Amino acid sequence: MQYSNAKVISQEKIASDIYVMTVSYEGEETLPGQFFMLKAWENQLPLMRPISYFKKEPGKISFMYRIVGKGTLLLSKLKKGAKIEILGPLGNGFPCDQVKGKIALVGGGVGIPPLYDTAKILLQMGNQVDIFLGYKDELFALEDFAEICDSIFVSCEKGDEGYNGFVTDLLHCEHYDAVFTCGPEIMMNKIATMCRQKNIPVWLSMERRMGCGIGACLVCTCETNSGMKRSCSEGPIFNGNDLIID
Amino acid sequence: MFGLTYKSKIMLETIINGIKFKNPIIAASGTYGFGREYNNLYNVGMLGGISSKGLTLHKREGNKGIRIFETASGIMNSVGLQNPGVETFIKDELPWMKSLGNVVIANLGGSTIEDYIEGIRLLNKTDIDFIELNISCPNVKSGGMALGIKSNIAFDAVKATKEVCQKPMIVKLSPNAENIIEMAMACEAAGADSLSLVNTFKGMAIDIKRRKPIFDNTYAGLSGAAIKPIALRMVDEVCKNVRVPVIGIGGIYTVEDIIEFIMAGASAVQIGTANFSEPMICKELIENLEKYFQKEGIKKIEEIRGII
Repeated sequence: MQYSNAKVISQEKIASDIYVMTVSYEGEETLPGQFFMLKAWENQLPLMRPISYFKKEPGKISFMYRIVGKGTLLLSKLKKGAKIEILGPLGNGFPCDQVKGKIALVGGGVGIPPLYDTAKILLQMGNQVDIFLGYKDELFALEDFAEICDSIFVSCEKGDEGYNGFVTDLLHCEHYDAVFTCGPEIMMNKIATMCRQKNIPVWLSMERRMGCGIGACLVCTCETNSGMKRSCSEGPIFNGNDLIID
Repeated sequence: MFGLTYKSKIMLETIINGIKFKNPIIAASGTYGFGREYNNLYNVGMLGGISSKGLTLHKREGNKGIRIFETASGIMNSVGLQNPGVETFIKDELPWMKSLGNVVIANLGGSTIEDYIEGIRLLNKTDIDFIELNISCPNVKSGGMALGIKSNIAFDAVKATKEVCQKPMIVKLSPNAENIIEMAMACEAAGADSLSLVNTFKGMAIDIKRRKPIFDNTYAGLSGAAIKPIALRMVDEVCKNVRVPVIGIGGIYTVEDIIEFIMAGASAVQIGTANFSEPMICKELIENLEKYFQKEGIKKIEEIRGII
C-alpha cells in the first residue's frame, strides 16, 4: 500500500455515466478485486472514493466507474494531465489460488470491472472461466472481456441485447467449482444463497461506505459469522459462507 | 557557539501533566485504530502521541447499518465503539504502541461507572502513559452521551474514576454538553488532570428516497472542517476558565488551524477526520509546523500559547 500523486493519462466516457480513467502508476503489484482510494479535490469533499481497478498495465492503471455522486462527478471531469491522489492497492482481492477447475464470474453494473483482471488471471492459471455480465439498460466493457474470454453470457433488464432479465437467471451454479461475484448486494445475496444450497464455494465483493480505506476507522464493516469485519482490509472479498446475509 | 546553536533550535515539544510529547500532534481516537495501518504509510512514532481507538471493558461489535456519511465539509459517523476490549488491547496492541517511542493514550469509554473503573484498574497495571476518559461518545445509547451532557453527572463520574486512576487522566469533552464551560470546570474540580475537546457534534441525515434516517441510531457524530470554528470557540472558552492543560480537537487540517488552537490556549491538538482524505497529514503537519515556526521566528509553543 502506498499513497502517491498520479497523473491522469486518459479519460473516456464509454456509456451514459460510465467512464474509464487511466492514471500513471508505479506502485506495488495488484491482486484482482483490490481497490484504490482516489481523490482529486481539496476540502470540499472530506472523503476519498474507493474504486476497484479495472486494468493494470506497465506504468498505468485504469478505473471504470459510474457517476453516482459529487466525488465520481469530479473524477469524471478530470482531463489528461490532471493530478490525482491514489492510495492503494487496498483490500484482499479474489482468492484465485484457492479455486481450481470451472469458475463462474458474475458481475452486475459497475461490479463488472474488477472481474476483468480476475478472469485474466484465472485463465492464465489454466482454469475454465464463464463470465456472466448483468446490465440494466446499456452494455459496456463487453469488448474488453471478449478479448480475453470466449464464454460470456449477457443479460440486460431493459434492452434488446442478450437475455432479457436478471443475470442471476442465467447462472446454474451447480455447473461450477466456484463462483466469484461483484455487483449490487441484492444480486450477490441471491447468488450466495443459490450457491450455499448447492454447496458451491462462493466469494462476494462487498461494497460499503468507507472512511480511511486502510482498516483504521471501522466504518465499512460487514457482519460475518466471526463478528464485524472491515470490508476495506479483511475484505472487500468475503467467503459467502462467512457472511451473514439479510 | 554552542549557546547560539542551542538557542536557534526549534522546540516543537509540549508537556502535559509532566509528560513530554515531542510535538503537539496527536492522532485522535477512532480515526487511527492503534496506529498499525498508518504505520504502513509512514513511521507513526514521529507523532507526539496516539490516542487509541475507543476502548470498553468488554469487546464490542459496534453499530449495524451505515456507519459513515459525508456532509458539506464534514462526515458523520456511527461506529458505536467497536473495539477488542481492554484486556485484548493490553495484550495485543499496547506493547507494539509502546515500542513506537511516543506518548500512548488509552481512550476509555463505557456504559457504567463500574466498567470504567474496572477498565482503569486493568490499565493501571500497564505502562500506558495516559488514560483519556471518553465521556462523550454520541454513538452508544446508554452511558457515554448522558455523562457528556450534564456537568453534575460528569463530575461524579470523573471523581469516581479518578480515585482509582493511577495514570494522568485526560477527560474528553462533548460539544453537546449543556454548557461547555461548566462542564470543563466540573471535570477539573472532580480531578481531571487535563481536558481534550471536542468530540463529535450530534447530527442527523435523512435518506429522502427511503424516507428514513440514514443511521440506524437516527443521530450520529459530525466531525471534520465543518466543526472547526465551533470547536475553536469552545477550546477558547474552556482555556479561559480552567487551569489544567487542554488538548484541542475539531476539524484541524492545516498548520494554521493548529496555530489557532494553540493561540486559544491548547497545549496540543488531535488530528482525526483529516486522516481520511489526507492519509499522510500527521507527518506533513509535523514537518510544516516546524517550517512555520522557523519562518515566523517562533522557538517554542509556549511563546504563542494562549495569547488570545
